[in-house]
Amino acid sequence: MSLLHEVFARTKSENRAALIAYLPAGYPTADGAVECIEAMVAGGVDIVEIGFPYSDPVMDGPTIQEAVNISLVGGTKSATVINTVKRVSQMGVPTLVMSYWNPIERYGLESFATDFHAAGGAGVITPDLTPEEADDWIAATDHHDVERVFLVALSSSDERISKVASVTTGFVYAGAVMGVTGARASLSDAIEGLVAKVRRYTDLPVAVGLGVSTPEQAHEIAQYADGVIVGSAFVTAIANGGPPAAKALAQALSQGLAR
Amino acid sequence: MSVDEVLVMPDLRGHFGKFGGRFVPEALMAALDELDDAFRKAMVDPSFLAQLHDLQVNYTGRPSPITHAKRFSELAGGATVLLKREDLNHTGSHKINNVLGQGLLTLRMGKTRVIAETGAGQHGVATATVSALLGLECVVYMGEEDTKRQALNVARMKLLGATVIPVTSGSKTLKDAINEAMRDWVANVEDTHYMLGTVAGPAPFPEMVRDFHRIIGDESREQMLERFGRLPDVVAACVGGGSNAIGIFTAFIPDSEVRLLGLEAGGDGVETGRHASTIVGGAVGVLHGARSYIMQDDDGQTIESHSISAGLDYPSVGPEHAYLADIGRAEYRSVTDVQAMNAFKLLCETEGIIPAIETAHALAGALEIGKELGKDAIILVNCSGRGDKDVETAAKWFDMNP
Ligand SMILES: Cc1ncc(COP(=O)(O)O)c(C=O)c1O
Repeated sequence: MSLLHEVFARTKSENRAALIAYLPAGYPTADGAVECIEAMVAGGVDIVEIGFPYSDPVMDGPTIQEAVNISLVGGTKSATVINTVKRVSQMGVPTLVMSYWNPIERYGLESFATDFHAAGGAGVITPDLTPEEADDWIAATDHHDVERVFLVALSSSDERISKVASVTTGFVYAGAVMGVTGARASLSDAIEGLVAKVRRYTDLPVAVGLGVSTPEQAHEIAQYADGVIVGSAFVTAIANGGPPAAKALAQALSQGLAR
Repeated sequence: MSVDEVLVMPDLRGHFGKFGGRFVPEALMAALDELDDAFRKAMVDPSFLAQLHDLQVNYTGRPSPITHAKRFSELAGGATVLLKREDLNHTGSHKINNVLGQGLLTLRMGKTRVIAETGAGQHGVATATVSALLGLECVVYMGEEDTKRQALNVARMKLLGATVIPVTSGSKTLKDAINEAMRDWVANVEDTHYMLGTVAGPAPFPEMVRDFHRIIGDESREQMLERFGRLPDVVAACVGGGSNAIGIFTAFIPDSEVRLLGLEAGGDGVETGRHASTIVGGAVGVLHGARSYIMQDDDGQTIESHSISAGLDYPSVGPEHAYLADIGRAEYRSVTDVQAMNAFKLLCETEGIIPAIETAHALAGALEIGKELGKDAIILVNCSGRGDKDVETAAKWFDMNP
């Protein structure tokens, strides 16, 4: 079993959801990101998503846009991302990269899968790669033992959910809101139904993200999903209070994961 | 590649060869499928086609004439330069062709709000216009930089009842306006249609926008045969996203003896890196939902484009152009700011027509290829828009302010 699936098996046996945290590589700096993630893991984060900073983040709201911009201005390159994966996976947590498609295509699918795997990475989340365009990516990730994570949305038809589930290997990422990333006061009631629908098509873990920021929201989601994904809230915490604030947020969110 | 194969492009998933497709968040897939379905049904529905035709004739003022630019021709090596006068359309550019089609589709899909991106403001004005005509709420995203260089069009959009939102992220130009429009669309897709203004973006936009613009070439081809008894040797158009160019090219694609020439914005010159010539100077990549030629660095980050023309200042290009370039059916060249502004002034002074600066790039291309081909050649140029919006920029460029 892969480390990623081991963690989901463990959190399940502990009768709780896994806490999945997102942070862009190079934010606030290359070393700073690693320090923050170390603090987050110490605070209870189970799985880490490292964002591949991209110039045109059409799925991100102002918080992550700003963080990514700081990262790129600070000189983040593809190599920074791979190196961050290496340092984070050495902490013993399953480490994924979340990337818009063009940086991976530019790197070369085979090369990226090779280098990512060599760095100890577990899987790659590709939010703007549709299953229809993914043939070469499926081949490259299969070949190099890299898990694939695709997304489902509240607007996805059953047919699309089944298609997404059939090409996913890591976990299915269910978007909790129709919209860009960023903390939301309230999430859609429909998300529980979406998770239930996904389960009709796959036994893979289902994690819920987009807009999730508070322990209360985490608690609600933990009742029906296998993972809770939090991004913007960590970025904001780090902007305000660095690694200690990131650790405190991870601890607070962890409190909400029990079923 | 046979002409027949070209003609059935794109495939069922919106691919033009290896270009095009859909690279979008899953949240948008349902809306793209809905749009695709509405578009295909409308295009075979006689009542939709009749409604569109009525607006094209009685609102836009189609067909647009072809003007023989006699004095300008003398400067183009004596070749005959003909102008397809899309600048005479209501709202002053070709952009109205596309928004009338998409506006009617918006009604058919039962949506009440439209959003659009705009660079030069011409697509924004066209979208605001059709929204007023059809009673739709309209929000236009425009890079802050462009709101300054196209201030006249900002005022026009506001007069037409649209909300204009200046975009301050990234390069503050067209690319960032598209990013912001896509963010809006994902959040409001239930009641909102994204009226994309060019032949870029995810399927079905490149195909749909092409089909709403192909009337330019369909009319031109007929007008050529009727008035001149022959087809042109060259059809030339400027290429930003590529809608006016695809619009005039499409009818001529099967006529293999007709050269198709796309003129990209060269800014300070392709060799300086400060340009917007994606086919001439870019590489294959994915931006804004489609695979095409884009301007990017070694890490796949988009490089900001540069052009004096807001409407051409875009670091990608429609996937069908990428494909036509790859198979050699169309040829693409780069025109610098200086060359374009030179052609701009020449058309003003020889023909009494003030063109859009975008269009001036096509005119510069005509001057060049006219000199190459000599006086027997006929060059049909898509005069995609009028230059009222550019008067301020031109006055500054030529140092004409009092
Ligand atoms: C007059 C005119 N021509 C051309 C363009 C470029 O767009 P496209 O390449 O889609 O025709 C614009 C865009 O704003 C325009 O206003």
